[in-house]
Amino acid sequence: MSTIQKINRRDFVKIFGLTSTGIILGCSISSDNKNFLPIADGNTFSPNLFIEIHKDGKIILISSRSEMGQGIKTSLTSAIADELEADWSYISVKQAIGHEKYGNQNTDGSRSVRTILEPMRKMGAAAKMMLISTAAKKWNISERDCKAENHYVINTKTNEKIFYGDLVELASKVEIPADETIKLKKVADFKYIGKTLKSIDLTDFTHGTAKYGMDIRIPNMKFAAIARCPVTFGTVKSVESSNAEKILGVEKVIQLDRIVPPVGQFFGALGGVAVIANNTWSAFQGKLSLNIEWNYGENQTFDTEKFKEVLTKRVHEKGKLVPGSIGNVSKAFDDASKVIEATYHVPFLVHTPMEVPNATAWFQEDKVEVWAPLQDPQTARAEIAHFFEIPIEKITVNVTFLGGGFGRKSKSDFVVEAVALSKKINAPVQVVWTREDDVKHSFYHATSVQYLKGSIDKNGLVSGWLQRVAMPSIVSSFKPMSDYASGFELGQGFTNNPYLIENFRLENVKAEAKLRIGWMRSVVHIHSGFANNSFVDELAFAAQKDPVQFHLDLIGDDRIIGGKSNHPYDSKRMKNVLNDTAKNAKWGRKLPENHGIGIAIHYSFYSYVATAVEVSLINNKVKVEHIWTTIDCGLVLNKDNVINQLEGAAIFGMSLALFGKITTKEGAVEQNNFFDYPMTRMKHAPKITVHIIDNMSKPPTGVGEPGVPLIAPAICNAIFNATGIRIRQIPLIDQGFDFE
Amino acid sequence: MKANLSINGKEYSIDAPEEIPFLWAIRDIVGLTGTKFGCGVAQCGACSILVDGILVKSCSIPLSFGIGKEITTIEGTSENLEFLRKAWHEGNVPQCGYCQSGQLIAATALLDQISNPTDQEIEDAMSSNICRCGTYVRIKKAIHKAVALKNN
Repeated sequence: MSTIQKINRRDFVKIFGLTSTGIILGCSISSDNKNFLPIADGNTFSPNLFIEIHKDGKIILISSRSEMGQGIKTSLTSAIADELEADWSYISVKQAIGHEKYGNQNTDGSRSVRTILEPMRKMGAAAKMMLISTAAKKWNISERDCKAENHYVINTKTNEKIFYGDLVELASKVEIPADETIKLKKVADFKYIGKTLKSIDLTDFTHGTAKYGMDIRIPNMKFAAIARCPVTFGTVKSVESSNAEKILGVEKVIQLDRIVPPVGQFFGALGGVAVIANNTWSAFQGKLSLNIEWNYGENQTFDTEKFKEVLTKRVHEKGKLVPGSIGNVSKAFDDASKVIEATYHVPFLVHTPMEVPNATAWFQEDKVEVWAPLQDPQTARAEIAHFFEIPIEKITVNVTFLGGGFGRKSKSDFVVEAVALSKKINAPVQVVWTREDDVKHSFYHATSVQYLKGSIDKNGLVSGWLQRVAMPSIVSSFKPMSDYASGFELGQGFTNNPYLIENFRLENVKAEAKLRIGWMRSVVHIHSGFANNSFVDELAFAAQKDPVQFHLDLIGDDRIIGGKSNHPYDSKRMKNVLNDTAKNAKWGRKLPENHGIGIAIHYSFYSYVATAVEVSLINNKVKVEHIWTTIDCGLVLNKDNVINQLEGAAIFGMSLALFGKITTKEGAVEQNNFFDYPMTRMKHAPKITVHIIDNMSKPPTGVGEPGVPLIAPAICNAIFNATGIRIRQIPLIDQGFDFE
Repeated sequence: MKANLSINGKEYSIDAPEEIPFLWAIRDIVGLTGTKFGCGVAQCGACSILVDGILVKSCSIPLSFGIGKEITTIEGTSENLEFLRKAWHEGNVPQCGYCQSGQLIAATALLDQISNPTDQEIEDAMSSNICRCGTYVRIKKAIHKAVALKNN
């Protein structure tokens, strides 16, 4: 399959070859990610999506994206099955290794379906045409008298049928249809796409047989735990390891220097002291028994409470003007009938996927093999090549199931650690982070402080909007001294909020990073979604208007922005999801005593979402009773999966709204584990109603992330509705509320 | 120490550090990796197993606790576990799947105790298991479904 064939690059699909068991089809896709490696030269065809059709009828497709609970394997299967008129039960999915031939594999940004769907469908359609053509030749009839159905080609005149598997060998000699002749099915004819499909991995999930990173076992492999400096980028001054070495199962204690990434790329690794053992627990125990003196370094004064004060002060002064600001906010404020101000705060957060970061590596003389739960296996591979000076083709990165990712597993620091240790001990080794390691040494979701000032004109409409954002940048993880939010971060809900405001001014405020900053499910939208929706609710109250109507007015006239892009913003779709949610939640009804209802809208990853939340309060005890979410994500591949993702997003959003908070004292993270970084549990879970707008003619947009940013503001707005108490900081547990 | 274990009806003879938690003995020494590590401090339930039918967090019990007892892990089977599996499939419950071993074992223990639990009883029993993907609504529904499947 590694053969690269010379063909005309305009061809879309190519038979890759006839193997002993069947044919392989490949095609080349582009991606909306700038890191995508394009076709090497005009004459070379480097397919990056593959389907294999075997003589026994089995169809195997290669998933270039990682499976982390978002259901990508099942979604891709449905696309192929539908266009190929295949029997679902014949299809299986193989996970691709990390390799540039698969194009961009970075599983983030809710983009997999968005970029792969159409090529997948086209490949399925092309294969079907070839099978039909083969059957027609066999029967010596016109292709028009054939149809494909459920893994057979049928002669529509005689009702004779031939099994796909029996056509494979001949089909491989048939000409591949030219791109322009490949016809995709109409929405009305879909059999699988847009329907409710079950995960193809259910049996493995319910029998404990799905292999996650931590389940990898290599003969003679060792287990390792690493003690890392409590302060980011601190180093080892001295280590006393005799107690650790006495622990049964511990074999070796090794010092690991920090692996510093070059400016502009990669993540490197923190370094520390590693304990190598013959089982995970002994490695963990050994780590706890180390006596280490650290050089804490320059981040040791970092205190999140003080940092919040600094940022709060800064957002009350003028910041750097961000391009895209329009009109004159000062004049709007002068002319307004009402002006209000508010300051919002979101703390640092951490992902805590149920499967902790871990990686298994085997460094052999001239090659390296890795097995790990990775969202971005190509970066892992490139990091290994860079840091260990190994030719990239000698590095194999196997992607296992991910026990949750949420952005944490797009960084490969834990892989770099495993490779470094394997090299030192000359054996395969599995590095396992404890939950405490995960909480204390992550790439954190940034904190933010925002100042908003808005005005209401004499008609009760928003006339001016000033927003100052102070937030450490993700870019700081690649480029030190990046002290302001970057353009791509401000593009997540700040410069492109869904509102129509005549006078809008956005200012960027300095915020240094003293922790490693990363991205977490829905990323900066958590900040923009929280402040924007909270502030709109405050403005609605000031204008004495119903929040839903106020939102509708603020979204404004029907308009399309960015009409030439693949995913223009359409204000009508935004209003539509809002109206739908309001209808489902029976907005405006008389609520039971002690109940409140709140609303939020957000546009992210090109999807339109509106969420209503009903809460009840007895004294300070809050119960989130019901969450209604409506999404318009264009074409839906797997309906039940979209619903499952949005149910999950509601729970994820609740965790950060109710409990989420990472704090530091003297540079060290204070939280440890789920007892002091709590999660939403079943007892907190509300009723969740998800509705998907039927918009199958529009291109598919993001699903995994867009539901998250609305939950916190909708809950806070609901609490305001019930109590008149305005909440401008999360988590709620710190604002005097209780959930037990 | 040498230990003889009976897991899912099979006998295993292992040599392991005396204080090793049961979780790591079955994962790293016996080699059954279906039981998951999530927190190490009995907070998340990913490591749930049954010891003589009693639900325990295997990260927080020593190996010795399981000696001479019948252990059931996600690789095993029981009447209730099979109905739950069916219901999990019908409800398309899992997302990443990682916590579901523990969820299924905890739900098995619940149905072993209470044959037809109320919502409240399900919440009480299942709230010691964390699902970061947030599949709680489906888990609750699937437990009711398993009861219905069994009664039909």
